[in-house]
Amino acid sequence: MMSAYIDFIRIRFLMMLAYRVNYYSGIVIYAINIGAYYFLWQAIYGDKESLAGFTVAQMTTYVAVSWMARAFYFNNLDREIANEIRDGSVAVQLIRPYSYLFVKMMQGFGEGLFRMLLFMVPGMIVVCLLFPVKLPTDLSTWLIYLVMLFFSFLINSQINILTGLFAFFVENNEGMMRMKRVMVDLFSGVVVPIAFFPGWLSGIMQWLPFQAITYLPSAVFTGRTPSNEIAGVLGLQVVWFLGLLLPIWFVWRTARKRTFVQGG
Amino acid sequence: MLAIDVKDLRKQFKVQKNREGLSGALKDLFKREYNEVTAVKDISFQIPQGEICGYIGENGAGKSTTIKMLTGILVPTAGHIKVNGYVPYKDREQFVGGIGVVFGQRSQLWWDIGVIESFQLLRKVYRVSEADFRKRLDNLVERLQLGDLLNRPVRKLSLGQRMRCELVASLLHNPSILFLDEPTIGLDIVVKTEIRDFLLEMNREHGTTILLTTHDLQDIEALCSRVIMLDDGRIIYDGGLDDLKSRWSKGREIQFQFAGHTPLAKLQQLTEELAVTWSLENDVTAKMWLPHEVNVSDALSKVVAGTEIRDIKIFETNTDDIVRSIYSSGSAEVSKETSGQ
Repeated sequence: MMSAYIDFIRIRFLMMLAYRVNYYSGIVIYAINIGAYYFLWQAIYGDKESLAGFTVAQMTTYVAVSWMARAFYFNNLDREIANEIRDGSVAVQLIRPYSYLFVKMMQGFGEGLFRMLLFMVPGMIVVCLLFPVKLPTDLSTWLIYLVMLFFSFLINSQINILTGLFAFFVENNEGMMRMKRVMVDLFSGVVVPIAFFPGWLSGIMQWLPFQAITYLPSAVFTGRTPSNEIAGVLGLQVVWFLGLLLPIWFVWRTARKRTFVQGG
Repeated sequence: MLAIDVKDLRKQFKVQKNREGLSGALKDLFKREYNEVTAVKDISFQIPQGEICGYIGENGAGKSTTIKMLTGILVPTAGHIKVNGYVPYKDREQFVGGIGVVFGQRSQLWWDIGVIESFQLLRKVYRVSEADFRKRLDNLVERLQLGDLLNRPVRKLSLGQRMRCELVASLLHNPSILFLDEPTIGLDIVVKTEIRDFLLEMNREHGTTILLTTHDLQDIEALCSRVIMLDDGRIIYDGGLDDLKSRWSKGREIQFQFAGHTPLAKLQQLTEELAVTWSLENDVTAKMWLPHEVNVSDALSKVVAGTEIRDIKIFETNTDDIVRSIYSSGSAEVSKETSGQ
């Protein structure tokens, strides 16, 4: 059975490859985004040495790494699920002997792998050439970062799945999906590192899953998190991953009871 | 053993009510009102293994809802279902391994990849061994003549080609029950016939139980020994197709072609004692409609005695007419009275 799930990763990867032209432009767009934030931060720093504990170099690296990480964990599972629910094709998924949500997760992973290999890696090389990005030289930091990045993907996908499943309960969850996207980008720390938020807001952030998506791994990778706290930060990601399984299970169960497959 | 056992099955949906106008929309924003709609109303039926059963009814009668409950997609509001020994919605993942489903209006193949890749993926999903898979696929491909389609992506197939591929996809794991939801919708007569022949053969050879919904009554006539008819969520008929015909058809029609001009009055006079009605098609052709109580030979002998006949045709009321009249009356009782039973 596992080989079937792995096949879903493979097929999604191949499908993305078939439409790869879309992604060439994506690399440019990400580079422009990183550039824009780089110059924005340059202006904000002015001649200050550091802000909220970030040096200019750290900030540049943080911006580059966060955006590249986003390329990996970002996916449209919410939209895919919502569409399948709305047009009724979720029915076909339910007549197969597999877990629908797990398959979706695998497809998201296939997409993530594709973006990582054909987008993140070349993109990172481009970015390193253009901007003064300083990557860690320590192998263990890289390994820990990869593990944390995988959890970023898991947590972000879980949030996407939850958002998508709401299509079972409301006729149109478009607004919800948009709100989710803005919240993830803002609160996860892609746009502004959480350390820059006012005290009360970053206090709230500590209790939300979003920081586990970008801020925590990027902070570890850029060396802002002291090495004795790394285990705790990783643990926090694991806790969020496990914690989010519960609402997904509950929503899925409730949804199954009141599913009403549209059309026909 | 029973393949499908359904008792007092009911499904209710909550349907959002949209109130009219701006004030209605504002009210909806804060307090939604819902309508309860009962799509399936306490139906019971049993289908033994190896039977081909037609499940018919008007649009919105509750056919698809029933199929979706039987296949584990929907959870019933009340009642008991047992399919293949499982309660479909409870043990969904194990249960669906033993059934095949084809939705005529939805594809279960992956749109962007080649047909054969879809099949390979299904092989893994259903955990079919490579050897079994090869054997079954070769057999199916030969019978449904798919040979050169296998490498094409699904989106480049015609509807008929796709439908045959869908059938293969639903049979790769050799299910003992096959659910077909409007399998011949939109297909041309050649493909329809091919699919029907194929289903019959499969039923004969493997004893596959088939439950099919359709709007094409020729599917039913060609395939089904039994028909379940649904109207407004209730079963209004459950039995053989022949029974249905004799029970609901009110009579038959005989068309005569005469040697010369034969006036209506003369024909009516000939069959005076019988409760038949005549209608003229043209100068030399006339149609006699006789209810079941009237013996065909009686009626014929009267006509033969007084006219010179070139040709005779007997029309049984066709199933379409019967079903149309049942749908429009919408109730078993009314039609029973008029059918004279």
